[in-house]
Amino acid sequence: MSATKVVVPTTTSRSVSRKFSLGGLFKAREAGIVLALIALVAFTATQNSRFLSAQSIRDILLGTAILAVLAVGQATVMITRNIDLSVGSVLGLSAFAVGSLLQANQGMPVIVALVVGVAVGAACGVVNGVLVRFGQVPALVVTLGTLYAFRGAAYFWAGGEQINADELPGHFLKFGNSSILGIPWLVLIVVIVLVAAGIVLRNYRAGRELYAMGSSPQAAELAGIKVGRNTIAAFLVSGALAGVAGVLFAARFGTIDAAAGNGYELNVVAAAVVGGVAVFGGSGTVWGAGLGALLLTVIGSSLAVLDINQFWQQAIVGALILLAIGADRVVAVRVAKSLKKRDSHV
Amino acid sequence: MSDKRPAWLSRLASWDAAVIVITVLVLLIASGVVENFGSSRNFTFLLLDLLPIALIALPMTFVIVTGEIDLSVASTLGLTSAVMGDLWNRGLPIETIIPLCLVLGAVLGALNGFFVTVLKLPSLAVTIGTLALYRGLAFVVLGDGAVADFPRAYTSWVTGTIGDGPIPNMLIPLVVLAVVFGLVLHATPIGRSVFAAGASEQAARFAGIRVARLKFWLYVVSGLVAGLAGVLWTLRYSSARADNGLGMELAVVAAVLLGGVSIFGGKGTLPGVLAGVVLLATLQNALRLQDVSNEALNIVTGVLLIISVLLPNVVIRFRAALRRRATT
Repeated sequence: MSATKVVVPTTTSRSVSRKFSLGGLFKAREAGIVLALIALVAFTATQNSRFLSAQSIRDILLGTAILAVLAVGQATVMITRNIDLSVGSVLGLSAFAVGSLLQANQGMPVIVALVVGVAVGAACGVVNGVLVRFGQVPALVVTLGTLYAFRGAAYFWAGGEQINADELPGHFLKFGNSSILGIPWLVLIVVIVLVAAGIVLRNYRAGRELYAMGSSPQAAELAGIKVGRNTIAAFLVSGALAGVAGVLFAARFGTIDAAAGNGYELNVVAAAVVGGVAVFGGSGTVWGAGLGALLLTVIGSSLAVLDINQFWQQAIVGALILLAIGADRVVAVRVAKSLKKRDSHV
Repeated sequence: MSDKRPAWLSRLASWDAAVIVITVLVLLIASGVVENFGSSRNFTFLLLDLLPIALIALPMTFVIVTGEIDLSVASTLGLTSAVMGDLWNRGLPIETIIPLCLVLGAVLGALNGFFVTVLKLPSLAVTIGTLALYRGLAFVVLGDGAVADFPRAYTSWVTGTIGDGPIPNMLIPLVVLAVVFGLVLHATPIGRSVFAAGASEQAARFAGIRVARLKFWLYVVSGLVAGLAGVLWTLRYSSARADNGLGMELAVVAAVLLGGVSIFGGKGTLPGVLAGVVLLATLQNALRLQDVSNEALNIVTGVLLIISVLLPNVVIRFRAALRRRATT
């Protein structure tokens, strides 16, 4: 929805009405996910009323937390017309780093663990960003390479070792499951991340520049946007959030080995794409990505409650991705048509 | 992603030659330094291991040269394997199952091609979608069980060697296919069209090349070959499982790019790609013999992939800097 500000930079009187109708189309994208969510939840609840119990909702939100944090980072990168496939490996590296630090220093406060996780993730993100920026290599290839490299580094470091819950300090594990004012800490962190990223991307110059880069890198460069610096920044954000996700992973599951977060990149990209973030940049919101993460998690829980073979989940995720990009295509074609029509008549 | 295409492409022309040289060097060094690497038994295993990657890399080279990508190949392999196991369980004769599986692979590829060329969706997103879809369906078909009792005649041929020497029987279909793909890519109008479509889709269309139709058939071939790899994989390990070949798409793409194919399309050679496959497999095999774990070897794959795309750019910049200094 907010991407229209970039698509239509003119401020003539005409553009006001154009903004509204375009905004409506883009909003429909997120409205669609909300509707799908409501329909799915309603149907599942009629089949099994326990689906809407406080405990079940709590489980779903906790399950969404890690995926949603990763999806926010992925959305930030995808908006700039890049992609970050290394998030699962960064999560693993961060989780193992935090886990082994806590194992050695039982008294370490949770906030320090978070800072360490963010630092590890941000460092990985900077590596990605610098390689993309200075290597002039597409992000797909770079992050495919670092997906392997970071995962390999985690294995070298861990060497088959596994950190178990009983080796981690109690206060850290409690952080993974306890609540403040009835809201689990993990969910609170996700909400903070979502709101902060959402506001910056929507209202601040730094955020708008990312959309401009994604819409047209050349035009953004000509408009004086520091494309290189922003690219590195976007990867840094994605890496740092993957670091946060690593800490959440460690706190929630307690058992960490070098394989933590293996294969998450697929679900993260799926959440972002299903949530309406375009693969070729310039449009989408972190709200959409967050909703996408929620939808994927709810699908998983619904399948379990409805007693449908869990193996369907991945197939459904794949079908949803295809459906989402297909829907985006339809919207894009319609927008292009309506713009053309309007321009030719006025 | 920059559009500084010409310079970066011209540099790659010699990159694949370099990869071939490096591969030969690594092979020589490994057989000298690493114990057991040169043994004929290890040689057989090395070839058997690189076979599915090499097979799938052949059509993948075509797809990437046209500027598209197919990340669903490993899932196609897995789904083919799962269906093969399911049909065998249902008592169909293997002579019927194998053609059916190949048709299945082609149909899965055609679905990708339909989304990419008819609906004009980005191939990266489409094949990430079908990657999840096909793998999911594989689990739906077979669950997490395995089917193992395939006929002995087939499994022993697939794992066997030519005249009890070190060369596996399976190398025959690979060499035949590699020659066919190589000739088509480098010596026929189809190959020229593939390069033209990758260099500039619009220009190719203006030159009368039916780019969409070409890409559609490339996806069909990619699926077909992935299906064949699925059949061979199942027979080699005598085990049909839904998670067969999990994550292999990354290894294939890594090998293709390592072999000097440009991710932007329009550039690459098949000998370079085969060298890339061999290089990757050799390094992994040699390090595994040194007791480095499979997972830790990911570092090698990842770093090699990054270097292979980074190095040409670095060299260009270095040369440009030298030239500037020379002129002033």
